[in-house]
Amino acid sequence: MNHLLPLLVAAPLLGAALLVAGGRRLPRAVAEPVGCVVSAGTAALAIVLLLNSSPPLVEWVGGWAPKDGESVGIVLVGDGPGLGMAALASLLTLAALVYSWRYFDEPPRRHAGSFPALMLLFQTGMCGFAVAGDLFDAFVFFELMSVVAYALTGHRVEEAKAVQGALTFGVVNSLGAYAMLLGIALLYARTGELAMVKIGRGLDAHGGPDALTLAAFVLVLTGLLVKAAAVPFHFWLPDAHAVAPTPVCMLLSGVLVEMGAYGVWRVYGTVFDGPGGIPAADVERALVVLGVLTGLVGAVMCWYQRHIKRLLAYSTVAHMGLFVIGIGSLTPEADDGTALYILGHAGVKAALFACTGILLDRYGSVDEHALYGRARSLRGVAVLFVLGALGLAGLPPFGTGLGKAVTEEAVGGPLSVVFVVVSAVTAGAVLRVAAHVFLGAGPEPRDVSAYETTGIREEPETRHRLSRVPDTMTVVPALLLAGSLAVGAVPGVARLVGHAVSEAGSGGAFTSPHWTPAGVLLGLLSTVLALGLAALAVSRPEPFGEQPWTEPLRRLQSGHIGDYVAWTLAGATLLGALALPGILS
Amino acid sequence: MMSVLPYLVAVWIFLTGCYGIVTSRNLIHAVGCLAVCQSATYVLLLAVGYRDGGTAPVFSDVEPGSRPVVDPVVQALALTDVVVGATVTALLLALVIQVSKRHGTVDPDELSELRG
Repeated sequence: MNHLLPLLVAAPLLGAALLVAGGRRLPRAVAEPVGCVVSAGTAALAIVLLLNSSPPLVEWVGGWAPKDGESVGIVLVGDGPGLGMAALASLLTLAALVYSWRYFDEPPRRHAGSFPALMLLFQTGMCGFAVAGDLFDAFVFFELMSVVAYALTGHRVEEAKAVQGALTFGVVNSLGAYAMLLGIALLYARTGELAMVKIGRGLDAHGGPDALTLAAFVLVLTGLLVKAAAVPFHFWLPDAHAVAPTPVCMLLSGVLVEMGAYGVWRVYGTVFDGPGGIPAADVERALVVLGVLTGLVGAVMCWYQRHIKRLLAYSTVAHMGLFVIGIGSLTPEADDGTALYILGHAGVKAALFACTGILLDRYGSVDEHALYGRARSLRGVAVLFVLGALGLAGLPPFGTGLGKAVTEEAVGGPLSVVFVVVSAVTAGAVLRVAAHVFLGAGPEPRDVSAYETTGIREEPETRHRLSRVPDTMTVVPALLLAGSLAVGAVPGVARLVGHAVSEAGSGGAFTSPHWTPAGVLLGLLSTVLALGLAALAVSRPEPFGEQPWTEPLRRLQSGHIGDYVAWTLAGATLLGALALPGILS
Repeated sequence: MMSVLPYLVAVWIFLTGCYGIVTSRNLIHAVGCLAVCQSATYVLLLAVGYRDGGTAPVFSDVEPGSRPVVDPVVQALALTDVVVGATVTALLLALVIQVSKRHGTVDPDELSELRG
């Protein structure tokens, strides 16, 4: 079974190459099904491997197996979390490809294969990163998925906002990746190894952590946290997600940024968690502080957006904060909860973006104010959108609700308040949008802020504005929501996820995440709070509108590449300062 | 001192590149500065693999084991890194061209479509 691991990377890569080579001659009706078939085949392979991943699969590519424990080969590791992320990435790629079936009625002239080929390359990068067992390999796949993501974000090159967002995305993320590579070089200098497990052993053999270990830790985590959009590395994300084509947004928010969080979990768990790594208390401090900051900043900024895609992007930032807290608390239960939360969130967030895409193509706008009351006729889309918002709040039995409940229980105390507040505020903002756009509820919102991005006059991504919504565009979000629901409602799923995560995690203790009365109550509490916030915001806009104290926070999001890079450096310094006590004692 | 120097040079190059991007008034310059940051990774990788008195790890004219060679692994990594860097720079420069066409400027201070 382990010999099939490299196919996860090779199959979509080959598919992409075929589409690029034949794209000029292929009609669109052939290119897109080929993309879907390759993507679906890879997804099926990932799921089959996932079901056989206990004990974890290990494959030395090209037969370069270690001799006497030494190897210069490339190792792929297929354990539960890695293959789970690969399966999630593949399924979402498939969903995005199906969703875009009638999309982009005008692909690049004379090249129908380019969009599906880019999507398959994106899938290649994500699958490769998920199963990479050595750090340099992880870096290469990390860069591959990033570069394809820049290209996909700027896919509509005629759009001024799209190219600016893609450029910001590219510069900030590439800088993060180079920092990660510097860290990898330092680890190689210390241990002479590239395979993650062996680097970890090498660090332990060297003795306690010192300045070099800390520098490597900070540099590698900077790269991963830039991808995971943790504050203050997050500025690129709203700019990129607000401008990317909708099917790409589904992938970016649903799984790409989560790959950053997965990378943090993987690298800490295999490289830095031994006696030669960074002490657990310091990692916990660093990640929890950054996670809380991310959650709160994301939630506040989410509430004050009127550009719907940008609002959803900030809600992704806020939820990434929760995932980082979950990973940072370093308990097996929190890891289980975070894994479930990521699965549930992917379905819900991709569905919300898919519904927003329908609004964009129907009305040529993604602005909450401009769309006020205009989408009354789209009843089905309204139902999906509201269900997505409730899923975002963590309503039982959505997967988000189960993940949130399990993580809340594991982190306990004041941190669970952060979970409730963040999920309630972000879901409240989405429900407010739903009430304004689909119901025309409350007084018509007025423009107050001068310093914001509006979603007026956006170009529809289809050739003409849609007069009726194609079935593919409504079936995909419905299926995604059903998937998110299944994660929480089908009992076997949670047990499988728990088993896979604890087998791969360093703890080794097997856990079985399940619903508890307290978890259900907290999920209901978040949902009620979200509904209450949305109702108040719709009926009494004044006290819930633009506030003077948010002005400085909004000004930070300046759209200026230089500012974002300066924040990235500041964030790396903060990360180092938070983890510093670990090497002093 | 001499053994630490290459590492300090790598840090210096990386920070110089970052300073360049932060203060840049031209996006082409900013992408160039990003390539400068990447050069720091080349210097660091090669410094890590260096051995005193070592020669290139090519065994066509050197008997294996007859004299020390520098670490070939980091050289392979640096080569891969060059490829990655070329891709990133090319793509970002293409995006700068489009920014210039659509916004009519390549000064990051004048791009104000995305904010708040």
